[in-house]
Amino acid sequence: MEAFVAEIVAKYNYWIYVVLMMIGFYAMIGKRNLVKKLLGMNIFQTAIILFFVSTGVKKGGSIPIVDKYQALAGGIDAANFDNPLPHVLMLTAIVVGVSVTGVALSVLIRIHKEYGTLEENEILEKLSK
Amino acid sequence: MRDINEHTPGEDLIIKAAVRLLVPFAQLFGLYVVVHGHYSPGGGFQGGVILGAAFIMLALAFDMKTSQQYMTIGVNAAFNNLGAAIFVGVGVLCALFGGLFLDYSALDKLIPLGPVEWRSFGIFLVEVGVGFTVMSIMVLLYWNLSSAGSMKEGL
Amino acid sequence: MSPTNLHLFVLIVPLLSALVVNLFGRSWRQLIAPLVLGSLSFSLLGAIVVMGRVLNHGTISYTVGNWQPPFGIELVVDPLSAMMMVLVSVVALLASFSSLKSVEQELPGREAFFFTLYLILVAGLHGLIVTADAFNLYVLLEITSITTYGLVAMGRGRAALSSFNYIIMGTIGACFYLLGVGYIYILTGTLNMADIARILPTLNAPVATTTAIAFVLVGLWIKMAFFPLHTWLPNAYSQAPTGAGTLVAPLMTKVTVYLMVRVILTMYTPALVFTHDWVTKGVIWTAAFAILYGSCMALGQKDLRRMLTYIIIAEVGYMVGGVFLANANGLTGAVLHIVNDALMTLCLFLAVAAIIFRQGSVSLVSLQGIFHRMPITMAAFTLGALAMIGVPPTCGFFSKWYLILGGIDGNHWEFVIALVASSLINVVLFFRIIELAYFGSLADGEHHEHASAERHEAPWWMLKPLVITAVLLFVVGLSTGPLVNNIISLIVPAGF
Repeated sequence: MEAFVAEIVAKYNYWIYVVLMMIGFYAMIGKRNLVKKLLGMNIFQTAIILFFVSTGVKKGGSIPIVDKYQALAGGIDAANFDNPLPHVLMLTAIVVGVSVTGVALSVLIRIHKEYGTLEENEILEKLSK
Repeated sequence: MRDINEHTPGEDLIIKAAVRLLVPFAQLFGLYVVVHGHYSPGGGFQGGVILGAAFIMLALAFDMKTSQQYMTIGVNAAFNNLGAAIFVGVGVLCALFGGLFLDYSALDKLIPLGPVEWRSFGIFLVEVGVGFTVMSIMVLLYWNLSSAGSMKEGL
Repeated sequence: MSPTNLHLFVLIVPLLSALVVNLFGRSWRQLIAPLVLGSLSFSLLGAIVVMGRVLNHGTISYTVGNWQPPFGIELVVDPLSAMMMVLVSVVALLASFSSLKSVEQELPGREAFFFTLYLILVAGLHGLIVTADAFNLYVLLEITSITTYGLVAMGRGRAALSSFNYIIMGTIGACFYLLGVGYIYILTGTLNMADIARILPTLNAPVATTTAIAFVLVGLWIKMAFFPLHTWLPNAYSQAPTGAGTLVAPLMTKVTVYLMVRVILTMYTPALVFTHDWVTKGVIWTAAFAILYGSCMALGQKDLRRMLTYIIIAEVGYMVGGVFLANANGLTGAVLHIVNDALMTLCLFLAVAAIIFRQGSVSLVSLQGIFHRMPITMAAFTLGALAMIGVPPTCGFFSKWYLILGGIDGNHWEFVIALVASSLINVVLFFRIIELAYFGSLADGEHHEHASAERHEAPWWMLKPLVITAVLLFVVGLSTGPLVNNIISLIVPAGF
């Protein structure tokens, strides 16, 4: 029991991202409203972004912003700074997420214009008529 | 801009006054973030979103027609493509001057600053392009989604 | 313009043309066709020159921005990539002739938007082929997917709903891939594919490595519609506008299969992926099910385009099974099938586009007696059908032959039986259509005998690429020997 709790507390960032990811996944698959599915997709992507960024954190590390000339003169000790590479990668991932959300919302507006509703079961009823 | 005392449903005097004061500062801040991207936190995408947010604030506080006075749909399309063209164009320029794609030290032949300085500085050009594109896309997304495609009447 | 940058110019020229089309295409419609055709022809010429250089001088390794490889984004053009670039350029150019005509008919006034997305899709596909950096692959994969979502949503009727379904499933796939890359980054600290291959076997973390491999592969399988993750494909590809279908159907799934091959060969060495016997056995059984499922579902369709999309699912089963056979013949067959299947699918979809241009629908009922009205189209369709069935000397025969040899080599009899069964089912499928087309009675009855019997062939913009593709099926089939010896055998790893 003790070891189990210690395990959860030590790796709490992984547990958080898994819980968020499963919430998003459930929303994408279990909910019938199309907007809720889209929100689930956003939560899913956000969980992955959180996971990535949390892997760059170091114990006692400070924010990776250095003065350019000071670094050129004296050099920096990489072990004291958090890893900035996941942050940069996740900027790109956020942009991708925004683009997909934009496209999906426009498609949803078209679906609403065409069928008048955004509930999946009502749309399927209208299609089968 | 319309008279500040005119009133349509959903508008409020305080919001209109506040936005009129805020928009210039927001744009200045957005430019600051874009320009500092290659050196400290910031950059094209972040600055572009803030610049776009300035126009969206106008559209929210007044209405879509007002924000379209300040950035017409044609100018929006021009910024879109201009931004992406700047990015790709800088890369092509580097390639044409004998270096690899996006190798800014090749631009030394154009404006002599020293290859090392160019490599640390060249990304600023690209960030400007990214900023233009992101700003216009954010505004375009808001216009499209709030007017359901017609671009005439918003929230 | 030095030749070292040429493979990037193959990518950049369509991208720049997309920007010009977006800016000026709405006001000056006559600019669109020359821009599209000009940029895609330049890409084709560039790809052929790059292929010549790679075959003469060996693999080209290039870093964007001239940073050293583990830190910069590296692009690698080896013989397989060069061959894929030529394939993508050829298919894009031939499909664009047909798309220019069908977009005029189906989406009047929106050609500028359509071709912006089209050209960005082609640029993204070229980028996917040359990249050698794991995260860059994710970005380009999403670029191609987002443009495809947009292209599919431009159709009529149920297209918006199918596109939304495709968005949800495609994003799940890309997110799984991103998760896998995240695990790899935590394990190895680098994102460069060659570096990862070097470092990963030296680590002692079997569970994490297996999880990373599994996430990446499942993500790619969702994107390529491998059974049972295929549910988005039939709706999305059959509801898309005709012009979009001719480009997307031959290319998207095949380039994703190429990505899977690239990931298995370059990022994870094959020794790492094929360690567990039960994994490869499971995948080959799933591939056999995919082949049978695709072929049987195609039998029950009443619309020609939907039938072809189910055949695409079966073909993806061939290729994934071929790769996971883990022997030289299987891998050769799978890679050869990428090339052949792209050409066969292009031929069939071009014929379908021509029929839709003239008739408006391709339901099987409306195809009766169409041979008398569109003889050249149906002749090319027959050649494509023969290639799909696997009749020598068309290209389809040779790749199936290698796949069957690979299955026998590895003692995977379920795969061999599935291949042979699907060829027989394809015979039934296509001969049914050919019989309807050649011998069926005219749908309208006696009154329109004279009018319907006259030739009302598709316009030459749509016929020329169709004829060229049909001829290419034979040319590629007959040159299988040089193709395998000079290009494909160079990438099959030594231990196979």
